[in-house]
Amino acid sequence: MTYRYFPGCSLKSSGRSYEESLLAVFRALEVPVQELDDWNCCGATAYMSVDEVEAFALAARNLALAEQGGNGQAPQLMAPCSACYLVLLKTQKYLAQHSDLDQKVRAGLTAVNLRYDGRVQVRHPLDILVNDIGLDRIKKRVKAPLAGMKVACYYGCQIVRPFATFDTAYNPTTMDKLVAALGATPVAWPLKTRCCGGTLTGTIPEVGLRLNRILLGEAKRRGADTLITVCPLCQFNLECYQDAIQRELNANVSLPIVYLTQLMGQAFGLSDTELGLQRLFVPAARPAVQEGGKAAHA
Amino acid sequence: MLDPSASNGTPRIGFYICHCGTNIAGTVDVKAVAEYIGTLNGVVVSREYKYMCSDPGQELIQQDIKEQKLDRIVVASCSPLLHEHTFRTATEKAGLNPFFFQMVNIRENVSWVHTDPVAATEKAKDLARAAVRRVFLHKPLAPKKVPINPAVLVVGGGIAGIHAALTLANAGKHVYLVEREPTIGGHMAMFDKTFPTLDCAACILTPKMSAVKSHPNITLWTYSEVSALEGFVGNYKVQVKRKPRYIKEDLCVGCMECVTACIFKDARFPDEFNVGLSKRKPVYIPFPQATPQVVLFDPETCLQLKKGKCKQTCIEACDRECIDFTQTEEFKDIEVGTIILATGFKPFDPSKTPYYGYGTYPNVYTALEVERLVNASGPTGGEVVLRDGSHPKAVGIIHCVGSRDEKTNRWCSRVCCMYSLKLAHLLKEHTGAEVYNFYIDMRTPGKGYEEFYDKLLKEGVHFIRGRVAEVTDWAMDAKEEGKLIVRVEDTLIGTVRRVPLDMVVLSQGLEPRADAQDVRRLFNISCATEGFFLERHPKLAPVNTFTDGVFIAGACQGPRDIPDTVAQAGAAAAEALALIDAGHIELEPNTAFILEEDCSGCKSCVPLCPYKAISFLEDKKKAYINEALCKGCGTCVAACPSGSIVQNLFEDDQIFSEIDGLLSELAVSGGGRL
Amino acid sequence: MTNTPTNGKSGNWEPHIVAFFCNWCTYTAADLAGVSRMKHAPNVRIIRVMCSGRVDPQFVLEAFAKGADGVLIGGCHFGDCHYSEGNYKAARRIRMLKRMLHDMGIEEDRFRLEWISASEGDKVKLVVNDMVDKVKALGPLGLPGRFNEWDKEMEHLEAKAGVKEVAHAG
Repeated sequence: MTYRYFPGCSLKSSGRSYEESLLAVFRALEVPVQELDDWNCCGATAYMSVDEVEAFALAARNLALAEQGGNGQAPQLMAPCSACYLVLLKTQKYLAQHSDLDQKVRAGLTAVNLRYDGRVQVRHPLDILVNDIGLDRIKKRVKAPLAGMKVACYYGCQIVRPFATFDTAYNPTTMDKLVAALGATPVAWPLKTRCCGGTLTGTIPEVGLRLNRILLGEAKRRGADTLITVCPLCQFNLECYQDAIQRELNANVSLPIVYLTQLMGQAFGLSDTELGLQRLFVPAARPAVQEGGKAAHA
Repeated sequence: MLDPSASNGTPRIGFYICHCGTNIAGTVDVKAVAEYIGTLNGVVVSREYKYMCSDPGQELIQQDIKEQKLDRIVVASCSPLLHEHTFRTATEKAGLNPFFFQMVNIRENVSWVHTDPVAATEKAKDLARAAVRRVFLHKPLAPKKVPINPAVLVVGGGIAGIHAALTLANAGKHVYLVEREPTIGGHMAMFDKTFPTLDCAACILTPKMSAVKSHPNITLWTYSEVSALEGFVGNYKVQVKRKPRYIKEDLCVGCMECVTACIFKDARFPDEFNVGLSKRKPVYIPFPQATPQVVLFDPETCLQLKKGKCKQTCIEACDRECIDFTQTEEFKDIEVGTIILATGFKPFDPSKTPYYGYGTYPNVYTALEVERLVNASGPTGGEVVLRDGSHPKAVGIIHCVGSRDEKTNRWCSRVCCMYSLKLAHLLKEHTGAEVYNFYIDMRTPGKGYEEFYDKLLKEGVHFIRGRVAEVTDWAMDAKEEGKLIVRVEDTLIGTVRRVPLDMVVLSQGLEPRADAQDVRRLFNISCATEGFFLERHPKLAPVNTFTDGVFIAGACQGPRDIPDTVAQAGAAAAEALALIDAGHIELEPNTAFILEEDCSGCKSCVPLCPYKAISFLEDKKKAYINEALCKGCGTCVAACPSGSIVQNLFEDDQIFSEIDGLLSELAVSGGGRL
Repeated sequence: MTNTPTNGKSGNWEPHIVAFFCNWCTYTAADLAGVSRMKHAPNVRIIRVMCSGRVDPQFVLEAFAKGADGVLIGGCHFGDCHYSEGNYKAARRIRMLKRMLHDMGIEEDRFRLEWISASEGDKVKLVVNDMVDKVKALGPLGLPGRFNEWDKEMEHLEAKAGVKEVAHAG
C-alpha cells in the first residue's frame, strides 16, 4: 500500500530535515510513499481565522487530489506536520457534519474539476508507523539500539486534540512505545501535550519563551538526554530559543531537539546527512558507545 | 357501526370536555369542540366543564348517566395515564360498566404542546370524534382480580433495602432480603461520619443491620443474587442464586480462627471493603460488624479452591467444623407478591478523568478511599498516612469529579458538596493540615446543610471557586518540588493559580451500577437515559415503576443522600403495603382470546407469545390463549392471518373506527374500507 | 374543519399524520413532552396501543386510504419492550410493509417507525417536527380523492365499452 504524502510548506523549507528523515525511514522500512502532485498550502491556523469557508476549501483541494487515481481502496494521506494533519482532519470532519459548508466547498472543487467523496483517510506518520507498520517490523530494522538514551516524547497539542483518533488526549503513549522499540527509555513526564506556544514565540515572546522554558526545563529535570517531536514549529520553538531563554529567563535549558524520524533513523543506522542531522542548532544526542563505556552524547 | 350488545339501536353517548382551568381552555376552544361533538351521531349529551376530575365534574357524568340513560362516556381532558382510572370509577359508580368509557388526551398531547389555537382546536375535534366513533364499539368487561401474595422481595441490602425490609417486617409481612455482597450495609457501612451531624455511620447503621438479622419476618440471604424471575404483580416466582461461601452459615460464629490459621501468613490480596488500601487473606470477613458475622472463602485466591491442594490449616483450626470446600451454588425458589429494588449506585471511576492524576500519582485519592483512611477501623486506624508513608500538610479536595461534565456525566451527584465539606472537616481534624476545597457551586440544600458549610468556613478551610484543570507534578520552582500541583482558575479573583499540595482528594460522583441494564431487564422495568432506574412520575410517583408491583428506592433511582434514601425506602415499603393490605389488584382486562370458529389452525401465533400464553389444541386443531398468562400486548392479534384473535379493549374494529374517526373530515367520498 | 387536500403545495394545506404509539414508551414520552411543554407541530393525531406489536399493517393501510398523508409508529427501543419482544415483531412486520408501500408508489418519508423511550420527550418533538416537514415537502397523498377519480374512470370506461363490470355472476 502506497501512502500519499502531503508535505506541507514547512517540510519543504525550515522543516526540511523532517522530510529528509521521514522519507529515509520509510525507505528503510520499505514502505512506499508518494508525494501528492500539485498539493497546496493547507492554510494551517492562520487562514482559518481569516475566512473559514475559503480555508476549508483550500484544505479540501488537497483531500480531493488525494482521492484521484488509486485502486478502489480508501486512499491514505500522510501529513507529518501536526498543523497540516489537524487542518486536513478537521476539514474532513466539518464537511461531513455541516452540509451547508459541504455544499459551498464542493461547488468550489467542482469549478476546478475536482471531486471529494470523503473516502481519503488522513493519517499521521506516528499512527502509520506504530499501528500500520507495527513495532515488530521497526524493531527488526533497528541496527544500532539507542541503549541508555533517555528520550522525552513531545506530542504537541494538535495530533491528539481535539480529535484523539489514534491515542488518548491526555496521556498518549504511541510515541513512547515506539521509542522503547528503538532500545531507548521513554521519560515519563506530564507535559507531553502541553502547548509550545506556536507562533507566540514571534508575536508575544515573553509568553512563548516561558512556555518553551517550562517544557525544556521539565524534560531536563526528568533526566532526558533528548526531546523528540513530530511538528516542525514545535521543533523550531524548542530548539532555537534556548539561548534567548538563558538570557531572558536565566535558565539553562540546553537540550537536543530532534524529529521522531531522525531518532528512528539513528537507531536504523542511517547516516547523519540522510537524516538532516547537520541542520540542527543543538547537536543530536548519541547513544552510549558500546566499547569503553564512555557516553558519547552531548 | 352500531353495537347491538349495549342497548337496542344506537348507543347513547355522553361527551365531556374539560377546561382544566386555562391549561386546556387557554389554547383549545372547548365550547366549539363541545358544540361540534354534540352534532355527531349517537351523542346525546355534550358538555364542557372547568375541572372534570373534581367531584362536581364526576357527579356531572353520574347524573347524566342516570337521567339521560347514557351507555357510553367520552371525556376529553388530560392523559389517560393520569385519570382514566378516575373516570372509569365514576362511571362504574353510576351503574354503567366502566369499560364503556373512552378518554381523549387534549392536554399533554394538544394544549400543552401546540401554540396555534385554531390548529389545536381542530386536532381536539378530530381526536374527540375518533373517540366517539370508537366508543360505539366498546363492550362490557370485567377487570381481572388478582390476589397479592403478602411476601415481599427486597433486592439490595444497603440502607435503603434495610429500611424497607424492616418497615415491612415490622408490619408483619415476610421479607426476603437478597444482597449480592457477603454482608449487608452497602456503601453507608464504608463511611466514617455522616453529614451534617457527623454521626458515626457504623454506629447508626449497625443496630439496623442486627435488627435485620434477628427479625423473625426477614429471611436474609447475603452473597446471593436474583437469577430468574417470572410472573406478574401479586404473583412473582423468583429464583435466587446463593453463591457458595464454603462455610456452613448456621454453624460459623465469626471467631476468625480460620483466618489466623490460614496458610497465607500475611494478607496479600486487595481488601474490597477498604477499597484496596489494605490487604486481606483468601478467607476473610469483610469488616468487623459484617452481617451475617460469617467468614467466606474467595475462590480466586484460596489455594484449595483454585488449585485443589492446600494443607487446609483452616479446617484444623475450626472446632465447629464449619468449613466445607465441597459447597456449590444453591438455587432457592420463592414466591412473592411485590418487589423493591434498592440496588444502589456505583462511585464514578476517576480513571476516566486522567487529568486528575488518579492512578498516576500515589497521593491522589478518591473520596471513598479517604472515608476508609479517616475511619478508626480503617486500614490505618484513622491516621491519615499517605501511600508513600508521609503525613500531609496541605490537602486539596476537588469537587464534581465526573459530574456536571459533558465528557463524563452531565448530572449533579447531589451529595458530593456535602461530603467534600465533611471530609474537609475530618481531614483538618485528623491532620491539622491546610485544606483547600475546589468547587464550582456549593450545593447544601438539606436540613442543617448550609449551617454545616458555615461551620467549615469558620474552621479556616480555604475555598477556591473554579473547576480544576489538572493535577500534575511538574514544578515551576523549588517550592513546588515533590508536591502535587493543582492548576485551577480562581474565578472569584480572576486568575489562574497553582496550589502545591501533599494530598489530593477526588470527590467522585454517583453513577448507575454497571449492570443496571441487566437488572432492569430481569425485573421488566425501564432505565432513564442516564441509566438510573426510571420512576413512574418524577414528582408524583418517585418510587413506583411502570411495572405494577415493582418499586425502586434509594440511589438506584438517582443520586441521593441518606435522609432522602431512607424516606424513599419507607415510601416504597408503604406502596408495597398498600397493595398487600388491599389483598388484590385489578388488572386491565386487555387480554386476547381466540374466536375458535374462525381459527384455521395455522399456528402462526403460537411461537409469538413471550409468555407462552398461546398453545395449540391438538384435538380441535385450534389455537388457545391462557387468559391468566396473557399480558395484553396484542402482538398475536396483529399477526393472525385470519383475524381470529381479538384483544379486549383494543379490538380491530375499535381501532379501525378510531382511525376513520380521525380522518373522516378528509374523506372526499364515503369510501368503504380496504 | 375543511382540510380537503388541494393539488399542489399551497400555503393552506397542512399534512394529516396518524400515529400509533405504544403505551409504555412512546405514549409516555409524548406525555412527558406535554408536561415539559415542548411545543411541536399540531399535525399528528395519536392512537394509543399497548404495544407496537399490536399495530396491524391493515391499520396503516386504512389510515392512508382514509386520507392520512403520513403514518408514524412509535415503540420501545430493542430490549426495552414492556412485553419483552413485541417491538421486534413490529420491526419485521413493518419492514415488509415498507416494501409493499414502496411498490404501491407511496413515498418512503410518509411512513416512519421510531423507537422512543419513556424519558425521551424531546425525541417525540424532534421526530414529529421532522416528519411534518418531510411530508409537507411531499404534498398531500389524497388517496380518497384518487379512489374517487379511479372509480369515475372505471365508470367512464365501462360506459364506453358498453359493459358493466359485474363482480358476481347471477
